[in-house]
Amino acid sequence: MIEQAPALILLFPFFASIIVALAGIRVPGVSFPLTVISMFASVLSSVAVLVRVMNDGVIRYKLGGWEPPMGIEFRIDALGALVATAVSAVGLLAAIYSKRQVPAETGDRVSQYYTLYLLLMTGLLGMVITGDAFNLFVLIEVSALTSYALIAMGPRRASLAAYKYVIMGTIGASFYLLGVGYLYIKTGSLNMVDIHEQLIARGIFDSTAILVAFILITVGVWIKMAFFPLHAWLPNSYAYAPTTSSAVLGPLVTKVMIYVMIRLTFTVFGADYTFGQLEWSEVVVWMSVAAILVGSISALAQTDLRKMLAYLIIAEVGYMVGGVWLADDIGLIGSIYHIIADAFMTLCVFLFAGIIFAKTGKRDLNALDGLFTKMPLTMVGFLVGAFSLIGIPPTAGFFSKWYLIQGGIASGNWEYVIALLVSSLINAVLFFRIIEIAYFGAKPAEGHGDHHHAESHDSKISEAPLSMLFPLLATAALLLAIGLYNKDIVAIIAEFVSLSNLGAILP
Amino acid sequence: MEFFEVISAKFNYWIYVIIMMIGLYAMIAKNNMVKKLIGMSIFQTAIILFYVSIGVKDGATIPILYHDQVHAGHHHDDHGETAHHESTDDHHASTSGDHETDKYGYPTRHAPDVVIDGNDFANPLVHVLMLTAIVVGVATLGVGLAITQKLHREFGTIEENEIHDLIKSGK
Repeated sequence: MIEQAPALILLFPFFASIIVALAGIRVPGVSFPLTVISMFASVLSSVAVLVRVMNDGVIRYKLGGWEPPMGIEFRIDALGALVATAVSAVGLLAAIYSKRQVPAETGDRVSQYYTLYLLLMTGLLGMVITGDAFNLFVLIEVSALTSYALIAMGPRRASLAAYKYVIMGTIGASFYLLGVGYLYIKTGSLNMVDIHEQLIARGIFDSTAILVAFILITVGVWIKMAFFPLHAWLPNSYAYAPTTSSAVLGPLVTKVMIYVMIRLTFTVFGADYTFGQLEWSEVVVWMSVAAILVGSISALAQTDLRKMLAYLIIAEVGYMVGGVWLADDIGLIGSIYHIIADAFMTLCVFLFAGIIFAKTGKRDLNALDGLFTKMPLTMVGFLVGAFSLIGIPPTAGFFSKWYLIQGGIASGNWEYVIALLVSSLINAVLFFRIIEIAYFGAKPAEGHGDHHHAESHDSKISEAPLSMLFPLLATAALLLAIGLYNKDIVAIIAEFVSLSNLGAILP
Repeated sequence: MEFFEVISAKFNYWIYVIIMMIGLYAMIAKNNMVKKLIGMSIFQTAIILFYVSIGVKDGATIPILYHDQVHAGHHHDDHGETAHHESTDDHHASTSGDHETDKYGYPTRHAPDVVIDGNDFANPLVHVLMLTAIVVGVATLGVGLAITQKLHREFGTIEENEIHDLIKSGK
């Protein structure tokens, strides 16, 4: 069983999705337990794989026993195992949260919703562990197609946002596919490691076709991760989707795409080529500075809670892309650490937004009016997430920013350091504004006739049910744990970074 | 003259780029949501064309071994290498001739020990990849059309600007 753990990571949600699709139509009640059980089994498999990778090194799982590069393989190194664990854990927590919200928001389509949910997890986990460039394309599309549908299940505006996402997402995936085509022409291989070996063996790094492949793949992946200025699809999609959808898509889709970018940059093209031969680091770091500032400032302008969080994701994507392109090992450690930390802190705040929406039925910040006294535990969970996004120790967000800033200083990219600090400051303003509303109450309604409305709500708002509270508090606890055990996590990441050859190419 | 040579030497790339740009134009410039999806489909098809065209070789045929090719190769190893050239002209040959059957009545499978020259066959891998990409493209189109249908149910129109107007006016 443990031998098969790499495949089981994604086979559990995959087979569960088939069972849910078939059985859930007749017995909708089985959908939720099956989803949670399969996600839990997936978490266990990921942890088993992580332990094995840390003991024995890289796992190469040959599907069907076909030898790579002809066969497709799952190739899991320390980075892949770590991200897979985080992804499956987020999937599990969001699934637990979904218990009440999915029936409430999607009506009689519960089994369809969970089928899509499990397929999304299959796609995302597959993206993390696959070692084949074309397989990666298929899995990107599996996760993208399911996320279009998960978003479109929301109310009216969600459909329009999902439509835009379909168009943008397809362009992104097509660019990626085209880039892989050019790589295949030049190397005759689709296996990521083999492509890299062929590139070196044939000495074709100077080829224009490789450059074109690099540009196409990078731009395609940037579209998928909503890197400014290719972010237009994201805010409305995540703001209007059903709350469970945004709780799982917000933390995972963009983060997994950043993992894919790191994987392609370091495993396929190699650090020597990306940072040594192409001298684009400066430009991309400036782009990420723009992403950070635009994301943060746009977030400041929002009154809709989930839309504000969606813009924060764009800023966070800027952090991570910038961190990778600093071409510095500490920056890369910070970036990877931030993938893990950001997955959980985004989950935390989106779960909070979902709970508020479920309890008050309102989307804007004034819904939080005086909630500290009414739902103290929920607010505690939120505070940890908010502190992590601001970067207050000992939460995970502080340590990832610490490494990112160190990387920025070490590589001399001061503009990046300043952008990070400004963004942290804006996050502080944003979240203390929320805390103020929740603690001291919103300003009296200015002639909206909101008064009696608010009071009628007051009476029935109480603490969130356990199925929502548990994932929120568990995420908050994980954020603290990730922060406190940062040394152990950095040790896992360093295993990958030391192989990336980054130190050697820098002056 | 040199210009035409540059184009004709790599005309498959030119064609795929042109088709792709037609699709991209439709995705960006069209206002009707179904037309945008048609553009998206064209865009994806261009990439399929690109992939299939890179598997083409001069004078090569489709990568299928006929039964008698394998069969002939098995029994007459001396001229096995040329066997497939003859057989491509004569497809019916495979049905004639006596072949061994196993206990279920199916022809026995021989390991294809006939010598195969890769240059005689188009690259099959790109075709296989594109089968998957076609499925992905169809699925994307299906999801796109389903969402368009939902938009039509909710807003009563599939013109993008009209939907934006409806949202702005708060309906």
